[in-house]
Amino acid sequence: MSSVKELLNRKPTLRAASLLSLPLLWLGVIYIGSLFALFITSIWKIDTFTSKIIREFTLENFIDVFTDRAYFNVTIRTLFVAICVTVICAVIAIPMAFFIARIAREKSRPVLIALLITPLWASYLVKIYAWRTMFYPESGFINWLISPLGGSSPGFGIFAVIIGLTYLWLPYMILPIYAGMEKLPSSLLDASSDLGAKSGRTFFSVILPITWPAIIAGSIFTFSLSMGDYITVQILGGTFQMLGNVVYQNFSLNLPFAAAVALIPVIIMMIYLSSIRKSGALDNL
Amino acid sequence: MKISRLARMLLWSVMGFGFTFIYLPLVLVVINSFNKNTSFAWPPTGFTTSWWGKAAVNEGVRDAITRSAVVALSATFIALILGSLAAAAIARYKFFGREVISLLFVLPIALPGIVTGIALNNVFTNFLGQLTIFTIIVGHATFCIVVVFNNVAARYRRLGASLEEASMDLGANRFTTYRLITFPLLRSALLAGGLLAFALSFDEIIVTTFTAGAGQNTLPIWIFQNLFRPNQAPIVNVVAAALILVSIVPIYLSQRLTQEKVS
Repeated sequence: MSSVKELLNRKPTLRAASLLSLPLLWLGVIYIGSLFALFITSIWKIDTFTSKIIREFTLENFIDVFTDRAYFNVTIRTLFVAICVTVICAVIAIPMAFFIARIAREKSRPVLIALLITPLWASYLVKIYAWRTMFYPESGFINWLISPLGGSSPGFGIFAVIIGLTYLWLPYMILPIYAGMEKLPSSLLDASSDLGAKSGRTFFSVILPITWPAIIAGSIFTFSLSMGDYITVQILGGTFQMLGNVVYQNFSLNLPFAAAVALIPVIIMMIYLSSIRKSGALDNL
Repeated sequence: MKISRLARMLLWSVMGFGFTFIYLPLVLVVINSFNKNTSFAWPPTGFTTSWWGKAAVNEGVRDAITRSAVVALSATFIALILGSLAAAAIARYKFFGREVISLLFVLPIALPGIVTGIALNNVFTNFLGQLTIFTIIVGHATFCIVVVFNNVAARYRRLGASLEEASMDLGANRFTTYRLITFPLLRSALLAGGLLAFALSFDEIIVTTFTAGAGQNTLPIWIFQNLFRPNQAPIVNVVAAALILVSIVPIYLSQRLTQEKVS
């Protein structure tokens, strides 16, 4: 026992390894192992009558995914929705985070933050359900609100999906940006206005570049969560479909094909994560 | 810093819009839980409290709430242990592959839930043969670890190592240092991470859909199953409203935590 202690004292790498062994076993074996097993199935065949997997190599699933125009369109639509949600979230979150971190009085700050976090604790389904009752074509709240103006509810579809996802992920965007804005030195803002910059110029030349890593950190959540969602799409989308829905529909009948489709968001996310790694965003999560 | 009137007005209006956007749907759900009309057409024509009474004695709801609580508590427990171990290693040591490993600890929340879901489902059904409450817990713990890890790692970064070094210079060994110095400093981060992990697990539906066995309804699964059944809709509404009201408790707790940090 004492020799083990001595060894641990002398070798920091060994200490780190012993701390990491359990968490790595969990994430490395259970999580990464399962992902790996899933993507192996994507190069296997399927018996079309029994839906049983036949362990023979084939690239057919990938050929189907990449040559069928329909899947290309679904991918583009999914990317479009994820980008829209991320941009709208950022446009709402940046001024709100700035207001809370910089303009609100110190005393009211925790209250405002609590008000922002509250919907994070309310259930995902509850929120989407709330939007469903609001978007109802004839009798919903939105219809009631805008029918006196001569409009009518857009009903269920891509618009409702974008609004619903924006609503769900907005706090995930505000919180990292708020943390970034809080760290912003006020001397820089003072210097900028002392040197004659107007509010807009200070925002684009000082605030935005410094808080950029925090904004990117927030975008990881909004982007990835939107891209993989299929339940909001089912509840608010009407006939509209995204990649998640395609994976879900094929999952029980043709797992190899579902795995091949699931690889699309994973690849997109990997490209996204590796392209932002240098920005320091991962330390802002 | 000087801010122009126009910019100030813009900021105020975005704040107003933002908070209306955030709260309007939640308020409507609470109002609708008293709506007499089961189609929930807006505006309501009459109010009743009978849905609340019916929901309180609903077997399916009670069963689902219990299961959700058990799953969330277990997943949070696993996440607190594994997440803080990993955070200690990543924050306090430099070693080969550290970057890759810290990326690995982001993956479960960075990759879409449906991918995690079908990957775990595939492995569980092939190796374990069936899905149980344990498979739900394993699935949830996987992303709960990330939440605890992020909170604790951020705290480690902010603290720096000087207090721990001082303790060890004064003769305390590693375990005493952790018990008397590191752990008290980490406590509020652990609590905050634990609360968030609990909330995420309690609310999770996508990974749960693929890791729950037949009849193993968690509360979100129960809500989703009953969402489109007209005669269950009022009960779903009450459960939704109750969840909104109950969510004030963790908010209050986390508020207390931040105050503790300030003082």
